[in-house]
Amino acid sequence: MTREEVLMDFTSRFNEDILDFEDKSNTRVYVNIKPEAIVRIGTYLFRNVNARFNIASATDMPPNIEILYHFIVEDINLVISLRVFLNRENPEIESLGKEIEAFNWIEREMSELLGITFIGHPDPRRLLLADNWPECVYPLRQDYEEWDEKADRTRGV
Amino acid sequence: MGKTIIPIGPYHPLQEEPEFFTLTVEGETVIDIDMRMGYNHRGIEKLSERKTFENSTFVVERICGICSTSHPYAYTRAVEDIFPMEVSMRSKYIRTIIAEGERIHSHLLWLGLAGHFLGYNTVYMWAWKLREEILDVMEILSGNRNAYAMFKPGGVRRDIKPEDVPLSVKKIDSILPTLDMIKKAVLDDPVLHARLKGVGVLSYQEAIDFSALGPTSRASGVARDVRKDSPYGAYQEMEWDMIVTENGDVFDKAVVRILEMFEAAKIMKYCLNNLPDGEIDAKIKDVPPGEGIGHVEAPRGETFHYVKSDGTNRPIRHKVRAPTFMNLPTYKATVKGQTISDATIILAAIDPCYCCTERIAVKDAKGRMLYDGKDLVQLSREKTAKMKRRMGVR
Repeated sequence: MTREEVLMDFTSRFNEDILDFEDKSNTRVYVNIKPEAIVRIGTYLFRNVNARFNIASATDMPPNIEILYHFIVEDINLVISLRVFLNRENPEIESLGKEIEAFNWIEREMSELLGITFIGHPDPRRLLLADNWPECVYPLRQDYEEWDEKADRTRGV
Repeated sequence: MGKTIIPIGPYHPLQEEPEFFTLTVEGETVIDIDMRMGYNHRGIEKLSERKTFENSTFVVERICGICSTSHPYAYTRAVEDIFPMEVSMRSKYIRTIIAEGERIHSHLLWLGLAGHFLGYNTVYMWAWKLREEILDVMEILSGNRNAYAMFKPGGVRRDIKPEDVPLSVKKIDSILPTLDMIKKAVLDDPVLHARLKGVGVLSYQEAIDFSALGPTSRASGVARDVRKDSPYGAYQEMEWDMIVTENGDVFDKAVVRILEMFEAAKIMKYCLNNLPDGEIDAKIKDVPPGEGIGHVEAPRGETFHYVKSDGTNRPIRHKVRAPTFMNLPTYKATVKGQTISDATIILAAIDPCYCCTERIAVKDAKGRMLYDGKDLVQLSREKTAKMKRRMGVR
């Protein structure tokens, strides 16, 4: 399938769920979708379009938290980034990790670094942060403040 | 039969970064594996948000000591993708040369370590001796044996001098016969065949499901290489082959890496001999608001960077994904059902690096020490020795 056919099929299939579509360049497409459609669209891209999951990147942008799920369709060299906005007060989204193994670790990472809840995640433990890191302190949030009074983070900078 | 839990890590020579594996074994068979990481979590993504676009290049170069160039490469491509813009042909060639030199030394380092863990110290010595030669080439070209600091958004920081090119090409040519000898020694060795074939198999479907990358996926028959799929740099300019094998075991992972070194040398030589003239730096002033994605094929697979800019001189978000993040979870599929003497080499088959202090212990239910790290490597070597005896090989 060509780039046009893939995108045409994709947009017509999920017309209801797509809020915004940005055709940035020949190799990059950003698609803003409804959060509740993420499992439907993500598994379709992964299983049916044979897109590889690159990674997801979450950003704290008050009043929202934005997650971008990056997929690459290798045959046509196209990165499709699915964008969802979650409410910052209570960020929740359905887990893709329960369907596809590749999403498992990054969802654990996003949940501890930004405090996003992935509903139905098979293994919701911490991935990177230490065991003595306090609950509900999310280092990649904009309003993160140093919590450890003994910590010296200056390191000569 | 009772279960024994074997912790490996957090500091162990088989692991590139400190990670903590828990192997559950029944007799000699590994029945479950779990891991805990984060011991080396340095908050680079957070740190990068406080650096300028220019300075972040140096920060990301320090993420990995072996594939140090893959991160600046992916990062600069991500920044350039915000515009989007193309860099000059000459800087593309220089970037390709550095990236491929790094691939050769990284694969040689892996090959040496794999030999070491199998009790083939000859392979280890030869591979690491050869690695010195390629590091010398890198020093001639960039001034550094590692952490070359050649990249910047918009181009490269230093030019390659014309007088350095003949010596570099000569040095690359001089390692090829030795590389060929190592290739034959490893690929034709009946003991290595017996030791590595069918061990730690990652099936085609598993490679897809884990989104495995680089040699890990290519050894399982998944023809996946960013250099071919999303061409960048100078990779389109010459003929080279993507190495793909079918079996997905440790042996095939070794085959992919060994054969890839020849392709990398070919690419490097072509680029050095055909270096085009032109500017090496586009001299970017301001990065516009927007977002960019950069991905390159590092020695271990795709390195992926995402950068978001709000128009100031700093990124507001910089996401880094190293290939190991996707390759590491494949242990769940490859280690289960294997013997504990093979666990060492299966763990090493994906991504080893001799940078951490050795610390490993096997304890029984009462807390008595049964094995330490040396013993596990010893177990692996004894298995090779046993096979050699059985096959009548000295």
